[in-house]
Amino acid sequence: MLVTLKPELLDTQGRAVSDALRSLGFKDLVDVRVGKLIEIHTQNGEKSEVDKMCRALLANPVIEQYTIEDEA
Amino acid sequence: MNIAVIQSPGSNCDQDALYALRNQFGADARYVWHDDSSLHGFDAVVIPGGFTYGDYLRGGAIASRAKIMSEVVRFANEGRLVLGICNGFQILTELGLLPGALIRNGGLRFVCKKVQIAAVNKTSPWTKNVDRVLTVPVAHNEGRYVADETTLEALRRQNRIAFRYCDPSGSFTPESNPNGAADSIAGVLNEQGNVLGLMPHPERAVDTLLGGEDGRLILGCLVGA
Repeated sequence: MLVTLKPELLDTQGRAVSDALRSLGFKDLVDVRVGKLIEIHTQNGEKSEVDKMCRALLANPVIEQYTIEDEA
Repeated sequence: MNIAVIQSPGSNCDQDALYALRNQFGADARYVWHDDSSLHGFDAVVIPGGFTYGDYLRGGAIASRAKIMSEVVRFANEGRLVLGICNGFQILTELGLLPGALIRNGGLRFVCKKVQIAAVNKTSPWTKNVDRVLTVPVAHNEGRYVADETTLEALRRQNRIAFRYCDPSGSFTPESNPNGAADSIAGVLNEQGNVLGLMPHPERAVDTLLGGEDGRLILGCLVGA
């Protein structure tokens, strides 16, 4: 599961990383956003169950968006 | 007044809150462990500041799913006083008792200093005694209040912005906003006004020996002031 701040919110961590990359000379850089990777192992691998977990705890819909990637 | 101070793993302003309520106000304040399931016999709840669960996942996210919290929601919905300070404010937003969220400070730094706040709402139990600009400490890394424009508009319309950061004269300037919070918001109320989430620490401003006692004007309602 990948979680990032919603695009309309200022991602301060991303901004700091972006500033650091720019100071290293990466002129092509447009933007950096930092998110979280959460690895979830389940018995049945049901995506709907993982989606429930996201909504119950793992992501806060007020500030975050998420995607779930299957890796069987 | 019997006041519950909720303790979770990583609470670190629990003793300050208990001290303020007991020693400065003479209230019967007691700790309630996060894994307890009852608030029976209590008149008010304080969720203190700290770094519950090391801010893992999101500030307040894990603590807000503790057993006692469904009881806190029930308690709040009965109209009784609930105060969340700092990490406690984060917990109240994660619980859904208050709208919006608190994210990383705009200036990329932990902010630890005294700030000025002004009451916007003048009628809630928490703000009715606040007749001037208050000086109170803040200490947070994730204190930038955010909410979508619809929510902010509703907060303004419903008179639910409890406090805003301001300068000593009471003006809301960008310089007096310590964390980039939307609308300089330092504290918000639920619809009924009995639940307050507040980033600054009133419990650290109850004694001139500790640098000020403006926090008394906010906490006073917990003992009937």
